[in-house]
Amino acid sequence: MTELSRIWRETEYRYNLIGYKCKNCNRTYFPPRDICPYCHRESIGKMEKFKLSGNGEITSYSIVHESSSAFKRQVPYVMALIKLNEGPVITAQIVDCDPDNVEIGKKVHMAFRKIREDGTNGIIEYGYKFKLA
Amino acid sequence: MSGIVSYGSYIPVYRIKPEEIARIWGDEPEKMRDNLFIFSKSVPSPDEDVATISVEAARNALSRCDINPQDIGAIYVGSESHPYAVKPTGTIVAASIGMPLQYFAADYEFACKAGTAGMQNVKAMVDSNYIKYGIAIGADTSQGAPGDALEYTASAGGTAVIIGKEKVIVEINHTLSVSTDTPDFWRREGEPYPKHGERFTGEPGYFKHIIAAGKAMMEKMDTKPSDYDYAVFHQPNGKFPMRAAKMLGFTEEQYKTGLLTPYIGNTYSGSTMTGLSAILDEAKPGDKILAVSFGSGAGSDAFDMTVTDEMKKYKRDRAPTIKKMIEKIMYIDYGTYSKFRKIIITGDSVE
Ligand SMILES: [Zn+2]
Repeated sequence: MTELSRIWRETEYRYNLIGYKCKNCNRTYFPPRDICPYCHRESIGKMEKFKLSGNGEITSYSIVHESSSAFKRQVPYVMALIKLNEGPVITAQIVDCDPDNVEIGKKVHMAFRKIREDGTNGIIEYGYKFKLA
Repeated sequence: MSGIVSYGSYIPVYRIKPEEIARIWGDEPEKMRDNLFIFSKSVPSPDEDVATISVEAARNALSRCDINPQDIGAIYVGSESHPYAVKPTGTIVAASIGMPLQYFAADYEFACKAGTAGMQNVKAMVDSNYIKYGIAIGADTSQGAPGDALEYTASAGGTAVIIGKEKVIVEINHTLSVSTDTPDFWRREGEPYPKHGERFTGEPGYFKHIIAAGKAMMEKMDTKPSDYDYAVFHQPNGKFPMRAAKMLGFTEEQYKTGLLTPYIGNTYSGSTMTGLSAILDEAKPGDKILAVSFGSGAGSDAFDMTVTDEMKKYKRDRAPTIKKMIEKIMYIDYGTYSKFRKIIITGDSVE
């Protein structure tokens, strides 16, 4: 799969934090998956799209000082593990904060940001990041 | 009658002060601050652009009402700093707020009045029953050339308004525009920074169009300045809108709520609409509002509006107010500003 196809395919869930809910056991997954790892065959045909609220809390984080050239303008920045209110845990950047103010347990809310851009003439990829609530 | 059903804004958290810009370029800090009447301007983070600002503003507007995004039939995004020269901002916003497959869309450009031009278009489509709801956004991340006077004011921010006929919080009683071909300010394709035709920026540009549109509106509606509770004008700096207000016969009491440039700078296409947003944050049923935007090149859009009883039930507190966006900020120095705004030449280690 080319990079462009991946970006296009992931647009819906990256823009709107759309995951899947298993209608068999009610567990929520993000990123989306076709089969529930708990219900296996029982979940076939029962995985439904589910829009997550975008609210969660930080369960772990690290401050990034070394990064690729694409993120150099944002260094130092915070990458965190976020437990969403609906259950799934995702990794995302925490923006608009002093890294010293980030703590485990702090509430965060989804923000819409540029994720990366392919140079000055390529495609711009957008999606979710988070900010302190 | 049709009007605003919901509204929402977004202003980046970063700010730079005129004193800090003056320190680098050797200007007199007090002179720049006082001449332009500006205390700070907003600066977008490297991962923000007109698309992200528009999405945040649109999401704030949607969270204040219970409109199903599937009922939004049009989106017009006005800006002079769209992320792509070719590829619409509007479709990125539509996808991120869950609009249906069938909608009217285009990106607009008319210097700083492209957002209000979108409002007029959406209102016309609602009035003619082509759509149930439409969304118009004015947003920019404009840059002034380093060392140019515009660098003190060119900032980032935007506002989205949803227009419809049901549960209208602000009736748009009338709208009109004036336009002329004026060389006051322009940017050629592919050029990073705009140029201004010095002697055309004040009288023949800004004032002529704002005053003409404001007067024409009051004539059309048979109103006088004292009939309005609030007035908001395009704000390229803090001084111009105050002078325009006085020329038209408005008092500080009427224009102070919508005057945001002193705190956030000139958000270009976001300017008049964000000033209106600050007014709607506190307006009460029955309040009358006059809004007049200005876009170089040049033209003005005027709106005569009345706040309805529906405002009492409207959930303003479901999204951050302008006041909150002005209070919750982080100051940066010129070095960080030039890193964020890509105005330093970098090697291979930085994209
Ligand atoms: Zn399951």
